[in-house]
Amino acid sequence: MNGYYLVPLPVVVPLSAAAILAALNKFVGRRLADIFAIAATLTAGAVSLELASISRVQPLVYWFGGWTPRAGVSLGISFAIDPISACFAALVSLMVLAALIFSLRYFESIGTLYHVLMLVFLGAMCGFCLTGDLFNMFVFFEMMSASAFSLCGYKIEEPESLQGSLNFAITNTIGAFLVLSGIALLYGRTGALNMAQIGRALGQHADGLVVTAFVFIMAGFFIKAAVFPFHFWLADAHAVAPTPVCVLFSGVMVELGLYAVVRVYWVVMDGAFAPYRSELRAMLLVVGTITALLGGIICFGQRHIKRLLAFSTVSHMGLMVIGFALLKPEALAGLALYVIGHGLIKGALFILAGILLHRLGTVDEIELHGHATDMPISTTIFLIAGLGLAGLPPFGTFLGESQIEHSAEALGLGWISIVFYLAAILTAGAVFRVWAHVYRGWGKVGAAEKKGAKKIHDLRETRRGHPRPFEMHFAAAVLVALAIAVGMIPGLEHEADTAALLMQDRAGYQARVLDHAWLPVIEAKETPRSEVASLARSTVVTVLAFAFGMFAISRYWPKKGFFSRPFVLVVATLRKAHSGHVGDYVAFLTFGVAAFGIVLAILIR
Amino acid sequence: MMHFLSFFPYAVAAWLFVMGLYGVVTSRNFVHLIMCLAVLQSSTYVLLLSIGYRWGAVAPVFAGPPVVGTPAVDPVVQALMLTDIVVEATVVALLLALAVQLHKNTRTLNPDELEALEG
Repeated sequence: MNGYYLVPLPVVVPLSAAAILAALNKFVGRRLADIFAIAATLTAGAVSLELASISRVQPLVYWFGGWTPRAGVSLGISFAIDPISACFAALVSLMVLAALIFSLRYFESIGTLYHVLMLVFLGAMCGFCLTGDLFNMFVFFEMMSASAFSLCGYKIEEPESLQGSLNFAITNTIGAFLVLSGIALLYGRTGALNMAQIGRALGQHADGLVVTAFVFIMAGFFIKAAVFPFHFWLADAHAVAPTPVCVLFSGVMVELGLYAVVRVYWVVMDGAFAPYRSELRAMLLVVGTITALLGGIICFGQRHIKRLLAFSTVSHMGLMVIGFALLKPEALAGLALYVIGHGLIKGALFILAGILLHRLGTVDEIELHGHATDMPISTTIFLIAGLGLAGLPPFGTFLGESQIEHSAEALGLGWISIVFYLAAILTAGAVFRVWAHVYRGWGKVGAAEKKGAKKIHDLRETRRGHPRPFEMHFAAAVLVALAIAVGMIPGLEHEADTAALLMQDRAGYQARVLDHAWLPVIEAKETPRSEVASLARSTVVTVLAFAFGMFAISRYWPKKGFFSRPFVLVVATLRKAHSGHVGDYVAFLTFGVAAFGIVLAILIR
Repeated sequence: MMHFLSFFPYAVAAWLFVMGLYGVVTSRNFVHLIMCLAVLQSSTYVLLLSIGYRWGAVAPVFAGPPVVGTPAVDPVVQALMLTDIVVEATVVALLLALAVQLHKNTRTLNPDELEALEG
């Protein structure tokens, strides 16, 4: 089979490289470790891209140790490659590459173990994308969590850093237990761990046990995906993690939580839940809408730039959940494009925030007011990235968003566009506000506001007053350029449609994995789209977002008085809920799982 | 009696899960909290083992080639449980290390006394 022996490489190469680096820790200098890690990441990325193009023609199924299934029963562990899983592995490699390039001169002093952790993180995320086995997925999930926890708490001398990492680790570990319990229940029902085999054994029947298992697995992965009410850990983790790690958290790790839900739903659960699609859709749409708007409002209320970007990620995760909730191939294609476009842009924004921290020693928007006016390259890239976040054509985010909206309109759910627009105005508006404040020095900042900065601990990653190394801007610029390129590649929409159809083809997946079937990939139909209307609307929304950001720094912004009181109250209440206290987070989490279960049980009954 | 015994392990698993969650939510000490997490985790052991259990079956250890038809408990869930233990031991060790470091830096393990991450 063409490319068969390439399949394990995106996992094997980074993990072997990590092991070698860890073993030679004492003898390897910083530069050598950099080169070694970058080379391993490049290899993983190149192989993933190659796998994507091979699986476009023929999806691959790789069995470790040659333990192929007999008579539809699998004992071995499989990797099942389709274009979406391989593209995500490639995206993961690209983001790790950007993070490694950014860290070349970012940290004052850093041990080789940092590179080891990054490589383990990379290998685990690639394996998580490619695997076709549910328990294997759990193991990669925990592996990626463990490396993420230690990367998040890398600055162990900072109490905040430790607290953020503990909050992150505790909530996500509970998520892992939920996933494992769900897997155990499914195994008890079907006697299988391979996703294709579980899906086939479950058949068309959804009973209490299947629903419980689905709720556990979905809730567990949604904790990683930072979906309301599981999103609390995300801002803490982003506020304290070193910037290159934030790039990976927001750019790919969080999205992988949703990817797992999508994969498990379409391969395992769809047969059982097919009669209840509209109920499931309603529930997920509500969850997605709340996440999108809540994240957007808190995002706009932030002055700590990293937390602001983190809540913007929460908001965008809500939009992505909406993309999945429609349960349609076109929407899934849009979702895949949106994830890629958003990941690239958010990665670039975090890198730019890191440059601010590197040079000026803080990421407080008010304190930085007018301090970055002498950074023309950063100014330009930040503005362009803001436009991409708002979904301006031709960014990849626009392409994904318009496809999701298109699919929603076909279902008679046109109001979803409004959620997208509101989220874009809030999150991109906040980014434009930061841009105007920090890079342009526009607007006035009172002394009273500056005082508030004392409460914000800026976590010093490097000494103040560094020059601006070229490679940091380079990494950000490349990410933004790629985000534009994603929206410009001709025929990409069609490729995404075909890939999404393939991901949703449960019977085909089962036949390929369990019966060694050689099925050709079904091409998606070329659908004519009303491009002009969505082009115009997205442009208007971007202009509105910019205007909203500028309005927020103008003297007309109601800082006190009748109009601002409800907004101030809402933001204060929401911020109070994000207490930094892990017990509160777990209480919300428990409530969320119970609510998911009860609502789903009532809807399906 | 049989019926009760086949139901009982699942009730224990659910009880451990809920108690672990209760402990994590109400804990005022990070070390205590991490131990509650370990209690929560042990519910997955009980669940996995009880799913693989068969009445009147032997342990899945065979010296020679197994006689076809010998009832044995499911070895797969036991393997899963072992993997689970290994994975979670790593996570708990990491969490405890973070807690120790936190105590070194702040002289407290009480999440209530840490206020750096509000809002």
